[in-house]
Formats: sequence, structure tokens, C-alpha cells
Amino acid sequence: MQSEMTTDRIMADEVSLSIDDTEVTVPAGTTVFLAAERVGIDIPHLCYEPDLGLPPSSSCRLCLVEVEGARTLVPSCSYAASAGIVVRTDTDEIREIRRMVIELLLSNHPHDCLTCEKSGDCDLQKYAYELGVKAPEYAGELIPPQPVQDGPAISYDRTKCILCGRCVEVCHNVEVTGAIDFQERGFDTHIGLPPGLPRDQSGCTECGNCIDVCPTGALSFVGAEGKGRTWELGRVATICPYCGVGCTIVLNTRDNRVVKVTGQPGLGINHGWLCVKGRFGFDFINHEGRLTGPLIRRDGELVPASWDEALDFVAEHLTQIKQEFGPDSIAALASAKCTNEENYIMQKFMRAVIGTNNVDHCARLCHASTVAGLAQAFGSGAMTNSIEDLDQATTIFVIGSNTTECHPIIGAAIKRAAQRGVPLIVADPRTIELTEYAAVHLRQRHGTDVALVNGLMNVILSEGLEDEQFIAERTEGFAEFRASVEPYTPELAERITGVAAEDIIRAARLYAQAPAAAIIYSMGITQHTTGTDNVLSLANLALLTGNLGKRGAGVNPLRGQNNVQGACDMGGLPNVFPGYQKVDDDEARAKFEVVWGSSLPASSGLTVVEMINAAAKGAVKALYVMGENPMLSDPHQSHVEEALKKLGLLIVQDIFLTETAQLADVVLPATSFAEKEGTFTNTERRVQRVRKALEPPGEARGDWQIICELARRMGSEMSYSGAAAIQDEIAFLTPSYKGITYDRLEQGSLQWPCPDRDHPGTPILHVGRFTRGLGKFHAVEFIPAQELPDDDYPFALSTGRILQHFHTGTMSRRSEVLGALVSVGVIEINPQDAERLGIADGQPVRVSSRRGEIEINAVVTDRVTPGTLFLAFHYREAPANRLTIAALDPVAKIPEFKVCAVKIEPVW
Amino acid sequence: MAETIAAQQAAAQAPSEADIEALLDELNVSSESNLISVLQDVQARFGYLPAPALEEISRRTKIRLSRVYGVVSFYAQFYTEPHGRHMIRCCRGTACYVRGGQRVIDAVKAELGVEEEQTTQDMMFTLQTVACLGACALGPLMVVDSTYHGNMDPRKALRVLQMYQEDSG
Ligand code: SF4
Ligand code: SF4
Ligand code: SF4
Ligand code: FES
Ligand code: FES
Repeated sequence: MQSEMTTDRIMADEVSLSIDDTEVTVPAGTTVFLAAERVGIDIPHLCYEPDLGLPPSSSCRLCLVEVEGARTLVPSCSYAASAGIVVRTDTDEIREIRRMVIELLLSNHPHDCLTCEKSGDCDLQKYAYELGVKAPEYAGELIPPQPVQDGPAISYDRTKCILCGRCVEVCHNVEVTGAIDFQERGFDTHIGLPPGLPRDQSGCTECGNCIDVCPTGALSFVGAEGKGRTWELGRVATICPYCGVGCTIVLNTRDNRVVKVTGQPGLGINHGWLCVKGRFGFDFINHEGRLTGPLIRRDGELVPASWDEALDFVAEHLTQIKQEFGPDSIAALASAKCTNEENYIMQKFMRAVIGTNNVDHCARLCHASTVAGLAQAFGSGAMTNSIEDLDQATTIFVIGSNTTECHPIIGAAIKRAAQRGVPLIVADPRTIELTEYAAVHLRQRHGTDVALVNGLMNVILSEGLEDEQFIAERTEGFAEFRASVEPYTPELAERITGVAAEDIIRAARLYAQAPAAAIIYSMGITQHTTGTDNVLSLANLALLTGNLGKRGAGVNPLRGQNNVQGACDMGGLPNVFPGYQKVDDDEARAKFEVVWGSSLPASSGLTVVEMINAAAKGAVKALYVMGENPMLSDPHQSHVEEALKKLGLLIVQDIFLTETAQLADVVLPATSFAEKEGTFTNTERRVQRVRKALEPPGEARGDWQIICELARRMGSEMSYSGAAAIQDEIAFLTPSYKGITYDRLEQGSLQWPCPDRDHPGTPILHVGRFTRGLGKFHAVEFIPAQELPDDDYPFALSTGRILQHFHTGTMSRRSEVLGALVSVGVIEINPQDAERLGIADGQPVRVSSRRGEIEINAVVTDRVTPGTLFLAFHYREAPANRLTIAALDPVAKIPEFKVCAVKIEPVW
Repeated sequence: MAETIAAQQAAAQAPSEADIEALLDELNVSSESNLISVLQDVQARFGYLPAPALEEISRRTKIRLSRVYGVVSFYAQFYTEPHGRHMIRCCRGTACYVRGGQRVIDAVKAELGVEEEQTTQDMMFTLQTVACLGACALGPLMVVDSTYHGNMDPRKALRVLQMYQEDSG
């Protein structure tokens, strides 16, 4: 608050100065460098780069300027403009000094621009050229380049390092890992990890942001070596295909291959910073395993077929199944990986052409409970605030989100906030990176979130910390809710959750007393049989303290997949049309019937797990899977496999022959995100343009083109001139997307709701009024997880993700760098348990549940508490979902991935 | 061979985890502490800065390990390996080099039977070389502990070493 006021005052204070005889007026405090930039004067600069948003280190002296009356030349990158000063940026003296600076730097720099990867993009080279530095005057002995590669991706060459410190700044204060720093001194000074520590143990996340900021070839990505010079590369800005953060990435391409991925300084919600997946996880695009032509199963084998054969085959069989068993015998999985346009077309096809609402996708498996819970409480099932908002939060409460691994760019923002002194409350049964930054770590038992949050609210109410005015004016259902949390004293909450009562009290105060407190949560909250209850509890907490409809606050679910938000928005769900318009709402249905030109079913369709069950029972005969891999992603694998094998027709449309595709009757090769136009909607409801950078491999086709072709063969015309035309139809039918057009998206992304063409988008929901009118409290009681540990299966297993891999590994595990970083899965076990069971670190173990077993190596760590195990689900050779239970949340039908009972034993 | 000796020496001298914890408790090391004085105190106790101590210091001060090492390696006074009673630093900077600095270094190495950054078996000397000691006019330069010995040549250097050996003998 205070700092805002000071900035305001400074902003009001302007100063005028003269730069190279031009008058310029800037806010006081502006550097001479930036003042000059305003009037189009580009002062040479090497250690500083304004676009990066990093503070100047003022170490290179290239930006020296003359200020009349000053004794010496001053570095303009850090020298503040003051009223009336007269600045010269380009005198003979200055040019001479600049030349000297460059000559000095080049004097102990290898002159291998001929083969240096940075050539053409190197600031040192650029200034040597601009200043006409031929051969350095002090050239001593020739210095050979000395690149040192540690780890699979990054190489550092101290001979090319100008010690500008940008990489150190980024590592400590943007990525907030602080893996590298200046080492030694004098001529020996260089940038380094703690000596002797391998990169992967140094805290380095391999985000590669240090590479992007390096002005010379000192830091580089080894994978791009020899694959193309800067000027030979095509550059296309698009959206990362991994997580829901939705970072803008730049694909650098040559000869129809991606050579490397970079960030564009300042661009996108990530401001150009990337995580290890976004930067190094691109090999799948040009992978030799990409599907390049349709396949049809003949005599038990998948054999190549022409598009005509494959499409006719599918069209005929779908038509026949529909006629024989009715439209509801057909189901489809839309895809959180595909674009909005593709998802729209998929659900339209299922509803208008097939005539069923049996369409769902993996959002069911991650955030169905969010959509259900937040819609009940607020009227809109999405993240209430924006990622940018975290800068304004005065307390951050992270629960059930391992943010630094699963949503790294948001994780880094949280770490930056904590570094600024914003108190962080972390509730997680495991020790995660964020717990290091936490003011309070609440280590609740698995599946006890409702009790924990009720405990927090009990404290808030008993201490009178609730926001009475907000409750009175903007909410309903308070009385009943209040009664429901009364029993949850901190002592009772401690008994249920295992979290000390005093920690509950401390966290409650921290949260409730903050002017703006943000709740961040993810699958640790949603993937439970009580997922919807958990979400409602968090909604209650925010309502109770008035933390909604304002900056820095909110209830913020972080969505897993790049476009899981969009796939939901587009109606890739069995109960709603695009924009969450209910299929059983006659008015909505009538509107869609008119535009789509066919009559539509009014009853909700099947959810993911219900589809599988129906397939197993024979009620669903055909399943059309677009870009999903239920064999690995869905709970209780053996049951899924059995069900899929029972289908009369399994159609899989994907970019790889996934575990699911291997069971298909027809496989249709689709394009990857790099080969198409479209939009993704990120976790904060931000609709962003995906742009085509490459031609598809072989005969692969875009998902919506394939579906439209099928529709045509089934006698329904669905044709569009392109993705933009589909978006126009979406806008026409979907109030929250109404104002979104491709023309507007070219100017920048838009956050829905965006109700008309002039609307700027909505960064914060529920300002002044909830989508549903009043915010609704819900009384929520604690219910234990469905399957608790017992004598036979004494451990509680929780599943999740790790930084280096994604989802079922189809994409990330095909990346050389990501594969090299983490090649095998592991299960985490507490040292106490390990000792008792005779399990050593790194030893193979057998883990079994009532549903199956896997073998995997153990990691002995106190990241997990005694009696619990943690396993990532990315690995096809040790699929976590052979163990998990398909117990469902009764409302959202989300499976309980976060708790199931298992036993573990060493394998000798 | 030399390395295994160094390793053995290190192992023999390495303080245990408990020693480290105890010392850092005693010094009350926290995020409020001054890093340099903590490093000095720890080195005063153990004679050098063992890696596990630096890791623990980093944890307690909440200063990144990379930065702790940055500071340690910036100051010549800090050692991350156990070292001998006397620290020899020979200059390999340009000014010293052109006047025969390398021959001095070679002679010292041969006499003591160690390479750079190693300690003699009797724990008497540790040899280091340094890029420039900042007294180029005196080159070739050899500094033992804090005493500067200028205008060295191999013969003079060996005499200096002898002096220290006799002193302690
Ligand atoms: S890759 Fe990222 S974490 Fe690693 S050193 Fe570079 S900036 Fe730091
Ligand atoms: S590695 Fe690059 S960014 Fe880092 S200090 Fe050296 S020149 Fe600057
Ligand atoms: S944070 Fe997510 S969206 Fe951003 S680069 Fe990483 S995986 Fe991609
Ligand atoms: S750019 Fe200003 S000192 Fe380097
Ligand atoms: S070169 Fe030896 S002291 Fe400077």
C-alpha cells in the first residue's frame, strides 16, 4: 500500500533534462539510459538489457555518458536523471572509451565467432562491429574456447563470459533457485555452481533462463549446437504445450525442425521466462515415432491405410453402431492438449452429428471438483484471479499444490513473493520446495483437508477475524455454515489432521489478517472422493475473510494441462455446451439446435470413468479418443484395459502410438501444437493464440479437419475456412467468449469473460457481484478417504507429478534433455519405514494394492511422512494407475488419485 | 597417489557432522549472522572449511550455497581443503611469468613433492598458485603465509622453504 503511494508521488514528480541536445521529460528516478531510449537514442549497453527487466549491474562501462559538470563519465544504465542535467551520449572521448571496453573484453576472449553458436545474436560481436574494433590491441596469446557441459542441456564457457551477472541475477531473483554465482576473483572470476556439486544436486532446475539472458556465447544450449545460425532460424511465438500456466514460447526452427525453444524478453504472462519442460521438452515434435499416416487393424495388426479408407471405415462403423445401439452407445474423449477450436468441433460432432452428450476429457481426472465446487459457491468454476495478482497478495496460502514442480512459473512467482517478505502458508503432507519458504508448513494427513480448513475457519470465527461486512453484503448461507465449523476446534482438527493446533492458529491468523490473501490449490485438493467438499471448504475460507473480487486475493485452482481450461470452456464435458450452458436448459439447447441445425439430447452424458465402466459392461460400443491416453492416465489400469478391449470400435486420434492407440481399431494421425493455428486458454482464463511453425509430418492432419471430414462422410456438413472461423462460431454461441476474435488476439491475449468486442477481458472475477449473485457458504463435514491403510495394505499412497515430466510422459519422455534429467520413476518412502522394511535408497521395491502391482526403485527421503508413499504417474513401465482406486467424488466424479492403500516390499 | 594422500589427510581431519552442528550452535548461526565472520570462526576451529560445514552454514543463514562458495573462493584467506602449517602462494601472473615465475613454481613442486592445491605428507606446506598477487614489481613473487618473498629464482625459493622447515624443526 505504502509503496504504491510513494510510486504515485514519484510518478507525479517529473524532471526535464537534455540528452544530445534533445529535451526529454521523464518521471524522476528514471535512469538516463531509459530517458534516452524515450527519444530514440540507443546507448550501447552490454551488461544491462532493459527488456529483461533485471536491475543493472553496471559492470561493463559500455554505457558511459558525459554529464556536464560531472567529474567523470557515468554509467547511464544506473545513473538517475535529474532536472536540468545536460547529457552527451556520443562524443569522441566516449567512443574511444567504448572501443577500449570492447577491446579489453576481446583481449581474453576466444575469437571463434566463426563457429560460436551465439554469432549473429551476440552483443559483444555486435558492438565490436558497430564500434569498428578490428583486432584487439592487447591481443596476447590466443585463447581457445573452454566450454564445460555439466548436465544434459547447459554449457558454460568462462572464456566468453563478460561477468555481467545477468545469469546470476536471473537465477537468484527470477527463478529463485540461486544455483550459480560468481566464483573466485580477479582473472579467475567465473560463474559457477558450488564446486564439486553436480548440476542436478545444486538446486538448478535447468530452466535455462540463464542461457536466454546471456549476452554472449558463454552460456548455451548444447542441443542446438551446429543445428543452425541465428539468421537461419525461423521464429514463431506460440504457447507452451505442457502445463496450464500458458507461457509464451518461441519455436526456433530450421528445415521443418525445432532447433530450440527460447523465451522472448517481456513477452507473455511468463515475461519470457520458461521452465525446463517448456524450454527443453520439444523433441517430441520432430520425433521419429510421430504418426504419419492412418492405421487400421486388420487380422489383429494395425496396418497402414489411406485417409479415405480410414475415414470411411470410421464413418461407416459409427453410423452402423448408432443405428443399431443408439447414439448413447458412442462416447468420446475430447482433449486438454488440443486447441479450443478442436475441442469445440469434437463436442459439436458428438452432440450434433452423433446425438449424444457422452463427451468428457481428462479434466474429470484433475479439476472436475473445482468446476463443480466453485460453480456452486461463486457461479463460475475457474480461477478467480490472475497470475499477475500474486504480486499484490500480502499472504499466500498454497494447499495441495507442489507449485514449483507442477506450475514452475507460478511457483517462481510465489518464491519471489516470499523473498519479498510475503508470508507463505503451505499445507502439504509432503515436504516440497515451497515449504522452505513457508512461514508455516501444515503437514496434514492425506485426505484430511476439510478438517484442516474447517479448523482454520473455526479459529478465524472464534477470534473474530472474519470480514463481517463482506459476509453481510455479499454472501448467503452463513448461519448454517458457522454452525458446521463450530465443532472443528484446533484441537479436534489436530486430532484428525495431525497438524499441531498452534500451527493451525498461526496459519489462520496469517491468512485472515492479511489485507489480500490468495489461495492457490491444485490436485492435492481435487483428486479425492471429497474433492468437491475440499473446494467448497476453500471457497468458504475466502468468503469468510472477504478475499474475493479484489487484487491479490481469490481462490485460484491451478489447472494441469495447457488447455484443460479451454477444453472445459468449450463444452468438452457431458453436461454443458460451450461456456457452461447446461444441456438440460431448454433455452440454451434451442439456441444450439438452431445454429447447429440438428436436434440435441437434453440429458447429461457419461463422465470419463463412467464411460470406461459402461464400455466394460458393453453399454458403450464405440469410443473416439482425441489426444488422450486413458491407459496411463485413468485409475485402475487393468480395468481400463479390459474395458477398451471390449469395445466394438476404438478410434484413437493422436500424434503418437500411445498405450491406448495400441489397442485401437483405427488410428488417425493428428498434428502437434507446433503444426497448427488455434487458441489455448490457460489456468487464469486467458485465451492465447497458438501459431503454426512447422508443416505436419507425413500425412498427419489437424484434429478439427479430421472430425469435419468424418462429419461430412456421415452426412452432416461441417466446414470452416480455418481456426478463426471456428472461433467466430464459438463467440457467437458462448457469452463469455463473445468478444474474442483472432484479430483482437493478435494484439494480445484476453481473459474471459469477454462479453463484447470492446471489452478488455476480466482479470478478476466476482468484483462487486458474484457470477451467481451472492457468494454461497456451504456446510462441509470431514469424511475420510475411501480406502485407508489397513493391516494388509498399511501405506497411504499418493500420486502426482515431478518437474521434469508431464502427464503420461508421451511428450516429455521423448525429450532428450528431460529424459536425461530423470530417466526412471521412483517411489518416495520415509527413512523410518525404509529401515523397518529393510529398504535401501535406490533399491527396487514391489508396490501392490488390491488392484495391481508395480516394481520401481525406492528413494528414501523425509519428504514423505512415515506411513505414506509418493509416486509420480508419468511412467509406462511402472504405471501408478495400476495401483490407484477408481473411487469417485459423488458430485464431480473425480477419482481419488491422492489416497489409496498399498503395501511395499523390497525386491531382491 | 598424491590425491589419495590428500584424501586421507582430509578424512583424518574432517570434523564430524556433530562437531559441525555443535560449533554452529555455539556460534548461533542464523539468517542474522554475518557470513564472513561465521566463515572465519569455523575455519579458526577446523583449520579449513569442510564442505558439510558450508552446506550447513548455507542452510542456517539462508544464503545460497553458490553464494557461500562465491565468498569463500573470493577471499584468499579461506580454504576448503585441510592445508599445511604454512601456505605457499606462488604467482603465475604475466609479470612474474616473464621473469621466470614458472621455474620457481616447478622447483617448489619438485622439492616438496606436491602439485598445486596439495599439502605435503608431513602437513608442513600447502602449495597454491595465484593469478596475480598485485606486487608485480617484485616478481617473481612467492608469499609464504603473509610474508612476501620477491625476486625469486629456484635457488632462492628453496632457501626460503628451508628457513621455514628449520624454524619448525
Ligand atoms: S538453468 Fe535456471 S536454475 Fe539453473 S543455473 Fe540457469 S537460471 Fe539458475
Ligand atoms: S555467463 Fe553470460 S550472463 Fe552470465 S555473467 Fe557471463 S556473460 Fe553474463
Ligand atoms: S511453466 Fe508450464 S507453460 Fe510455462 S514453460 Fe513450464 S510447462 Fe510450459
Ligand atoms: S550497460 Fe551500463 S555498465 Fe554495462
Ligand atoms: S604478475 Fe605476479 S604479482 Fe602481478
